[in-house]
Amino acid sequence: MDKVMSNKKIIALYVLPSLLLIMAIIYIPIVLTGYYGLMKWDGVSSMSFIGMENYASLMKDDAFWNSVYHSFLFAVLSTVSLAVYMIVALILAGNIKGAGLLRKIYLIPMLLSSVAIAQLWLKIYHPTNGILNSFLVSLGVEDPPAWLSDPKLVLYALFIPILWQYAGFYILIYYAALKNIPASLIEAARIDGANPWQIALRIKLPLVSEVVKVTIVLAVVGSLKYFDLIYVMTDGGPNGASEVMASYMYQKAFRGFDFGYGSAIGFFLLIICMVATWAIRKATASKDTIQYS
Amino acid sequence: MRTASPAVSVPVMRSSRPVGARIGSGLLYVVLIAGAVLQILPLVWLLLFSLKNNQEVFNLPPFALPSHPKWENYENVWQQGNIGRYFMNSVLITVVAVVLTILLASFVTFAITRMRWKLSSLVLGLFMVGMMIPVHSTLIPLFILFQKVGLTDNQLSIILSYTAFNLPITIMILLGFYYALPREVEEAAIMDGCSVNRMFFRIVMPMTLSVIATAAIINMIYNWNEFIFVNTFISSDNLKTLTVGVQNFVGQYTTDWGAIGATLMISILPILVIFLVLSNRIVEGIAAGSVKG
Repeated sequence: MDKVMSNKKIIALYVLPSLLLIMAIIYIPIVLTGYYGLMKWDGVSSMSFIGMENYASLMKDDAFWNSVYHSFLFAVLSTVSLAVYMIVALILAGNIKGAGLLRKIYLIPMLLSSVAIAQLWLKIYHPTNGILNSFLVSLGVEDPPAWLSDPKLVLYALFIPILWQYAGFYILIYYAALKNIPASLIEAARIDGANPWQIALRIKLPLVSEVVKVTIVLAVVGSLKYFDLIYVMTDGGPNGASEVMASYMYQKAFRGFDFGYGSAIGFFLLIICMVATWAIRKATASKDTIQYS
Repeated sequence: MRTASPAVSVPVMRSSRPVGARIGSGLLYVVLIAGAVLQILPLVWLLLFSLKNNQEVFNLPPFALPSHPKWENYENVWQQGNIGRYFMNSVLITVVAVVLTILLASFVTFAITRMRWKLSSLVLGLFMVGMMIPVHSTLIPLFILFQKVGLTDNQLSIILSYTAFNLPITIMILLGFYYALPREVEEAAIMDGCSVNRMFFRIVMPMTLSVIATAAIINMIYNWNEFIFVNTFISSDNLKTLTVGVQNFVGQYTTDWGAIGATLMISILPILVIFLVLSNRIVEGIAAGSVKG
């Protein structure tokens, strides 16, 4: 038995194809991103080594820092909205009628492509015929805002479809985690005289804290690399007001044909995502792992 | 409800609580249902304007029905554009990538959970870390890499990229199931002289069909909606997927609302239909794919 199950040939046959694939498609490219960042290169003619020059100009590039700021703003907004999703999940998981149907309805936008969502919301925000401004005009608002071409509003206007897209996803995750809590614990607390607020805050939340940590990482990293919806809806505009890290990278590399500079941004994005993941894990590392068993 | 004077006897309090609880839960329902309406309303509006002509879009209230539905919008976009072609490309790429991912991930998960070898935890770690790498950081090197091996403007580049980036999450979904799977059957099969390959295909794969279905659905949704790889690696119109094709196609019709609406409806209908049929499994799959991390 042991001999059969440690047959090297079979292990290699089962593992190597996948391993080679992720090496070629994921790991080698991220190393190359850092390497290309050291080059001056338009993607066509030959590369020339310029050392840290791209990274140095990146540090002084206001447009880049602007995009970093926007990405982080999305990360903060997304993390804050998790609290709302948790409240909804707590209510849904409290054995109310129709919870199953409701969480399915909440999930629908998450299944659609970001491109379809972006195109739909372009229409929703349409200055004259969009559903939003039609509604505002019918309420008597005389001069409704041009949501996506106003530099002050555009980031928040873009955040609404992101909320719309992901709300159901997080509610579903929290709901599943809350449903996993043994009913006996809740029952015991109730018998001891705890009210629903206390049960939610003191018993349910601590028990799903691991899941909350995972969702914070998902929300932050997901926001930091957000791209599709912004690319389609505003392409970073007006005048950079909604540029994020990934869209800035795409613009520099595939429009400006500055592959060296684009790679430097891509590498920076990678580092930021890794550091953010590590920092969140560190910050939320449980001093007191709660085990009720 | 609880402000009744201390003198009020216990039975009275009991009978007054349900009233308060009912008002409270009634309010909760209103909020929850309002949320559900907000999630669906944009899609209802999309369906309505996909059946209108521009005159009706501009002059009728947003949710008014057209005098007679303009089904010809759908016929026109299907005939004029390459929508049918994009649709078939999406189906082809999605199916091939999902089959490949599931097969490779099953091999790896089997080797990690069942076979004995020194590097297994290191290899598992490599797959799991792959989940944190932002796609965008690999985009430029992948583009160059595919160019060098002649795979740009070739659907194989898309299939390989989807497979590599979906392997980690798929392995994660499979892992939990494999760990819980009883080993007795496999041990007996080996004792009887069954080869590992034969056991894997005849015994293990069939036993994991339910989790394979869950993982396949998650993969399918990701692949169907993916945008940036196709947008970057594919330039021939004939090879594009629905997501990217729709984006280009809609760009040409900026002023024809009915055509845009019909195109978007065609692109999201397959996912909506699958959701109607398989919603329980999708909900379960999304929960499984995230919580266990």
